[in-house]
Amino acid sequence: MGEMAKKVVVLACSGIGKTWGALARETAHELVERVRPGVATTICLPRLVINDPEARRLVLEHPVITLDGCPKACARKSVEVLGRKVEQALETIQFYMAHKDLKPDGVAQLNEAGLKLARVAADELAATVDRLAAGEKT
Amino acid sequence: MGVPVAKIGIVPCSGEALPAGTVCRLACRRVLDKFRKDQTVAICLPLFIAGGEEERGFAARHPTITVDGCEKRCAAKATEMFSGKPAQALLIPDILGKRGISMPTRLRVFGSEEESAVQAVADEIAASVDAVLVQTRAEGKPYGDL
Repeated sequence: MGEMAKKVVVLACSGIGKTWGALARETAHELVERVRPGVATTICLPRLVINDPEARRLVLEHPVITLDGCPKACARKSVEVLGRKVEQALETIQFYMAHKDLKPDGVAQLNEAGLKLARVAADELAATVDRLAAGEKT
Repeated sequence: MGVPVAKIGIVPCSGEALPAGTVCRLACRRVLDKFRKDQTVAICLPLFIAGGEEERGFAARHPTITVDGCEKRCAAKATEMFSGKPAQALLIPDILGKRGISMPTRLRVFGSEEESAVQAVADEIAASVDAVLVQTRAEGKPYGDL
């Protein structure tokens, strides 16, 4: 990754009611902490809800990947209300559909299959993060 | 909206980027699933924007308790912006501070080290639920029994 590479913002669902939301958060943390540290970054989604200036600036100035836990798509919509389309919008159930041997469960804490699915999902998203960081479109 | 009237809305900040957000999420789930299961319902904060009138309406008609992980107080501010003033607004650093408990430093995979923080916050939320129920009952509003 060159010095001119952009940060890529990974915004995850904040929901606390569904396994898919927990999978979204875990995938975002895997990307930020393990797969692309220093390139992928995240912020608390609720900061966009209250129109926090620093959070607004981050998502307006950098490419954004949203990871939503349900079709209500809170993460994506929280960016769209700022008048911009996200570069990549995903629902975490898509990862399960591609890896049905890894069935996530749990809300407060994911089960082992869910944690593994988050690692797999983050690995798969690495290429997208790299492209966006390099200034390419998805 | 499919939820009984006798409920208090718990609005966690659930911030993904801070250890306090994880404390918040785990403590709220403990209250919602175990401590005050029949008296509480979760409100996902971003649904105030994405979900529209239904979620805002619920929080406007029912008492809410907001739980925030930092001084930005996103949950309290958003609830007030979109629905109405929360019945109680809790701040995790205050809760831990008055008990002399350190804020966890990890974002995830909490274990025994972080348990005292989660438990303290869950206890405080449960106590707040009880206080709000007492208050609403005293005001003659049918929000359920302890």
